[in-house]
Amino acid sequence: MKKVYLIISLVILMLGALIMLLPFVWMVSTSFKEPGTEFAYPPEFIPRKFILDNYIDTWKRVPFGLFIMNSFKISILIVLGRVICASLAAYAFAKLDFPMKNIIFSLVLATMMIPFAVTMIPMYLLMKKIGWINNHLALIVPGSLFHAYSIFFLTQFFKTIPKDFEDAARIDGSNTLGILLRIVLPLSKPAITTISVLSFMWSWNDFLGPIIFLNSQDKYTVQIGVALFQGIEVTNWTRLMAASCISVIPVLVIFFLAQRYFVRSIVMTGLKG
Amino acid sequence: MSSLVRRRNIEGLLFITPSMIGLLTFIVGPIIFSLIMSFSDWKFTTGFSGFVGVEHYKNLLFEDEYFWLVLKNTIYYTGVGVPISIAMGLLLAILLNRKIPGETVFRVIYYIPTVTSAVAIGLIWRWLYNPEFGLINSILRMMGIKGPGWLSDLKWAMPSLIIVHIWQAMGYNMIIYLAGLQNISSELYEAAEIDGATKFQLFRYVTFPLLTPTTFFLLVTSIIGSFQVYTLIAVMTGGAPAYRTAVYVYHLWSVAFQQLKMSYASAMAWILFIIIFLLTLLQLKLSSRWVFYGE
Repeated sequence: MKKVYLIISLVILMLGALIMLLPFVWMVSTSFKEPGTEFAYPPEFIPRKFILDNYIDTWKRVPFGLFIMNSFKISILIVLGRVICASLAAYAFAKLDFPMKNIIFSLVLATMMIPFAVTMIPMYLLMKKIGWINNHLALIVPGSLFHAYSIFFLTQFFKTIPKDFEDAARIDGSNTLGILLRIVLPLSKPAITTISVLSFMWSWNDFLGPIIFLNSQDKYTVQIGVALFQGIEVTNWTRLMAASCISVIPVLVIFFLAQRYFVRSIVMTGLKG
Repeated sequence: MSSLVRRRNIEGLLFITPSMIGLLTFIVGPIIFSLIMSFSDWKFTTGFSGFVGVEHYKNLLFEDEYFWLVLKNTIYYTGVGVPISIAMGLLLAILLNRKIPGETVFRVIYYIPTVTSAVAIGLIWRWLYNPEFGLINSILRMMGIKGPGWLSDLKWAMPSLIIVHIWQAMGYNMIIYLAGLQNISSELYEAAEIDGATKFQLFRYVTFPLLTPTTFFLLVTSIIGSFQVYTLIAVMTGGAPAYRTAVYVYHLWSVAFQQLKMSYASAMAWILFIIIFLLTLLQLKLSSRWVFYGE
């Protein structure tokens, strides 16, 4: 009976896994097919002839290299800025005292309930006013300075670090910033990595932000690049799949390398949050 | 001592300064501005040109048929997609929460769609849904079934999008449920088994009640997220056919940035916030009836 149950579970799980993977397999397979052969019936999973032309053509027709550079630049700068600003704030919330600390912390948490739809129009007007439309700063600066989820996540983590470590360092003459840099941050590597990986993924995959603030091709990110390509190559599925393949590779690589951090983030905030 | 306290206070304030500048400039400021805009007549070219009171809100609620259409579409998308993706996540988590060969591989596979961008997913699924040459209709054809036009079909367009949503969300739900399952002590199961409980009874009277906080968390966050869906719709249908798949934020974006009616769109954004807020409050209220927090 136990064995039967196990086999049924395995069959369902494998069927599910197949449904999860099939769209990606089909994307990769289509991207290597000769244009025209993707319409074959019955469907062919192994291309008749493996070609790289779709990737080369995609690269030639729109500046994909530039889009990727832009996305990397924006995502990495957001990660750096966010880790700095959020750890400073989180350390203050977790370990320091200042007036109205709890009220401010509640305010930070409350902002997570505000839909982006509410703030996006004034944000657009603000960026227009200061001349940051079509400038990557419109994405980088807000994304770096304030991020409620990261502050909350790091605060929860910093609270778990025993006070003894800090007291010892203070006796040795470290100042508060020194303690944060030399004691707390090195002890928080898993939490910092989690925030970095998630933030990279979010900004790499972001679409609504870039489409509001960026309007010329040389500033586009990968996501808008792919959407733009969709408008140019309406039914050229081999090229479109090559483009979408290019766009998902960086995030998937990071996911495979750091998948335990994704799970950790969920266990920490998902249930205690 | 008091100088030390003061120094600590100043340090605390200094440490939160960058984040507070961000909070005030990019969240609090825009919220206030948006609220003012929603009560005023604001032209894209000339800017502020006087207050109009609740007129935008009145027009939205009583005159604008698009408002009700997109709200209905959003409720359809959320009402069907969220419960199914949560139920699927629960099923997968229960199947995986045991010693099964390749457990980690399954976890990773189910989670891949969650980390993939909505743009890429939208594009892949548009190709899968292609009425003539798409993989789905080809497979159906091999089984002797003539598949519908999916995204171009009035009846099927929204269900097609919901299927993609479920496909993308269930892996995340599964991981959260797995975390919840690991918190249930095995002693409870052993005790129930000694009492002669069947597998179904174990689920009904032990697993399910103890997972209700997880279910509640998923329900609240998924509904908030699903009410704000934008990218998937923008990439896959752009609201077509006949605005049947236009959801709230997609329409709001279009009103604000294509029709340039920004104060009208601001009123729409506030109604969205109120809806989300009330739904969350309602769920909190109802939670005491079904969510079990132990003892």
